[in-house]
Amino acid sequence: MSDQTSTAPDGSGGPSQTRQYPLGEIPEMPAPGATTGIVGWMRNNLFSSITNTILTLISLALLFVIVPGVLNWAFFDAVFSAESRVACREISSGACWAVITARFDQFVYGFYPTELRWRVNLTFVFFVIALLPILWDNVPYRRQLFWLATAFPVIAYILLLGGFGFEPVQTDKFGGFLLTLVIGVTGIAISFPIGVVLALGRQSDMFAARIVSVVFIEFIRGVPLITLLFVASTLLNYFLPPGTTFDLLLRVIIMVTLFASAYMAEVIRGGLAAVARGQYEAGDAMGLNYWQGMRLIILPQALKVSIPGIVNTFIGLFKDTTLVLIIGLLDPLGITAPILADSKWNGLSTELYVFVALFFFICCFSMSRYSQYLERKLHTGHKR
Amino acid sequence: MAVMEQTSAVGFRPSMLLSDTRYRSITFQVLILFALALGIGFLARNAAINLEALGKGLGFSFLSDPASYDINQRLIEYDSRSPHWRAATVGILNTLLIAFMGCIAATLIGVTAGVLRLSKNWVIAKIMTVYVEFIRNVPVLLQILLWYGIFIETFPGPRQAEPLLGGGLVVTNRGIYVPAPVTESGFGYVLIAFVLAIIGIIYFRRHAKKVQEETGKAYPVMWISLAILVVPALIVFLIMGSPLTWEFPELKGFNFQGGIFARNSLLALWFALSLYTGAFIAENVRAGILAISHGQTEAAYALGMRPNRTMRLIILPQAMRIIIPPLISQYLNLTKNSSLAIAVGYMDATGTLGGITLNQTGREMECIMLLMAFYLAVSLLISAAMNFYNERVKLQER
Repeated sequence: MSDQTSTAPDGSGGPSQTRQYPLGEIPEMPAPGATTGIVGWMRNNLFSSITNTILTLISLALLFVIVPGVLNWAFFDAVFSAESRVACREISSGACWAVITARFDQFVYGFYPTELRWRVNLTFVFFVIALLPILWDNVPYRRQLFWLATAFPVIAYILLLGGFGFEPVQTDKFGGFLLTLVIGVTGIAISFPIGVVLALGRQSDMFAARIVSVVFIEFIRGVPLITLLFVASTLLNYFLPPGTTFDLLLRVIIMVTLFASAYMAEVIRGGLAAVARGQYEAGDAMGLNYWQGMRLIILPQALKVSIPGIVNTFIGLFKDTTLVLIIGLLDPLGITAPILADSKWNGLSTELYVFVALFFFICCFSMSRYSQYLERKLHTGHKR
Repeated sequence: MAVMEQTSAVGFRPSMLLSDTRYRSITFQVLILFALALGIGFLARNAAINLEALGKGLGFSFLSDPASYDINQRLIEYDSRSPHWRAATVGILNTLLIAFMGCIAATLIGVTAGVLRLSKNWVIAKIMTVYVEFIRNVPVLLQILLWYGIFIETFPGPRQAEPLLGGGLVVTNRGIYVPAPVTESGFGYVLIAFVLAIIGIIYFRRHAKKVQEETGKAYPVMWISLAILVVPALIVFLIMGSPLTWEFPELKGFNFQGGIFARNSLLALWFALSLYTGAFIAENVRAGILAISHGQTEAAYALGMRPNRTMRLIILPQAMRIIIPPLISQYLNLTKNSSLAIAVGYMDATGTLGGITLNQTGREMECIMLLMAFYLAVSLLISAAMNFYNERVKLQER
């Protein structure tokens, strides 16, 4: 059998020479050059067919037109400090970021009194520290930090609004990112438990609880948030005992929270439906009562399944805080109106909006990344 | 045998209302209803007292008073002497207009982006990922204002504007003008030809399907349908002597006149809502396609189908079942988000009924009730459509 031979292409990729090898002794050859490395990757991912090649070329051409233009506008031709729009335009035709530099404090604090802004800064610092133990397991001193997180609402309330020896500040002075964070964080923190209760109510055997939850959820989900904000700004006072007035910001927070909790309830209902019937029965069989069973068996599983939806609702709520500008609160987007009305800066709407968009993008994108991290961390059961 | 003793205990003690699970749920329900009635009664009483004190009873007669404000974007006849209810109708039609335009554009954008995000082409997939991630994480109100600002700042004023495409398109900082079709007598026949062609297409498709099921022979259905749709209508159009002319926009004084005028506010709203909702639809489409087991694709390849046909005949029909329900709720979101039109001055239902009419008449309660009723009606209708669809395409359990 030794006279039998086999042919194999040589690895050099030159003109198709073949060499003779005894059968069974064909040496390992490197893969053809065009299928590995960067060339192979490009062939597979960019130029695998005629259509693909055309699409790649078109999109690369588009990128070559758009990206340098955007980069020039945003960075290379941009002006970062100048006195006014006219001064900006004299220097260069790019973005006039000077307006952001000049009005940065307003974007952060709104019209919060200048000499008291250290209190807002302190609140931000406390907020970040209080967030650490909630977001990550392996934070040092987690147990102690949890106490801070529990106390944070009180601390923030006193620091931001005053009282207890601090000079009081009215909420109509709140604005900018401070306002977004106040509405967003309060709404997120409160809408979650309400959402859980509503979802349980909708699943309940009790007719009254079910009908109340269903009507509430469907009503809130059926109307735009803006109409609820109109209710907060114009109508809510009618429903209170004569002579009582309460803070517009508080009314807005209530409405935003109710709005988000209806959506939250639907998300969690989906999670509850995904828990197998046997889990409920197992809980009953263990002799757990309704709340024990829910707390120890059903909700941990249901909430784990609904993490993406829950975080999406949080992101939605955070984005929806911009709507308050329509009823006259000065969130970062609302702050742009007085800046644009200033004769020094008018006509710079693109710069202002892009800056605010960047803020929201960073917040919302990190929330969605965190949810993906959490999903991976909790993805314990069903690994394939 | 504690259970036996409990069930055999006859008689009812008041403490069992809390301790016995049979009665406890009734107790809770009565308490819930009682608290609810108390709360509603409290709010209603306050409202009655407050309205009394202000001297405005509930009533909708204000709707027939003259509105005395102007609406620049309207689909039906309206002037400032028309009553408030007519202004509200104009607003509602504007809401439906933007919702309709937005849904179509968002579907096109979303399906394209969703499919392309799964493309094997690296550049395209990455571009689509960047689009989806950026748009989804920025508030839609901000995007509406951004587009509006860009339109106003970058496009030239009417006097400097150069008509493009031989006068067919004029882009100014007030909006876009396109020629308006003007029909002459005889155009009705063209329309009749169109209707007949559509009926013909339906019959042809049935026939093609039957032939394919019986013999396996597949017609080029799309091309033939297109031919049936276009050719007869075109022939009739030419026979009748081209009964359609175009009215071109012309610069008169300070502004363009004639043609169809789409305001900046409408365009910005349309752009922003379509791109925003499109990004969400793209994610739904992607999820729907990914949910179809890879075995389906492999089976189709094993049968010798090309990737294109596999997508069209095997994957998409199955993915549709998953995609359509969230797609419809995205339409609903778009309709609700169109209420942000008020920020750029597009007069939709919120801008008329919840905006100027509310401020002029001071009838907050009635206006907001009507506004909410309108949006609720729309969303309940859409939900009903969705439930109907879900029922129809439900997997037949065997």
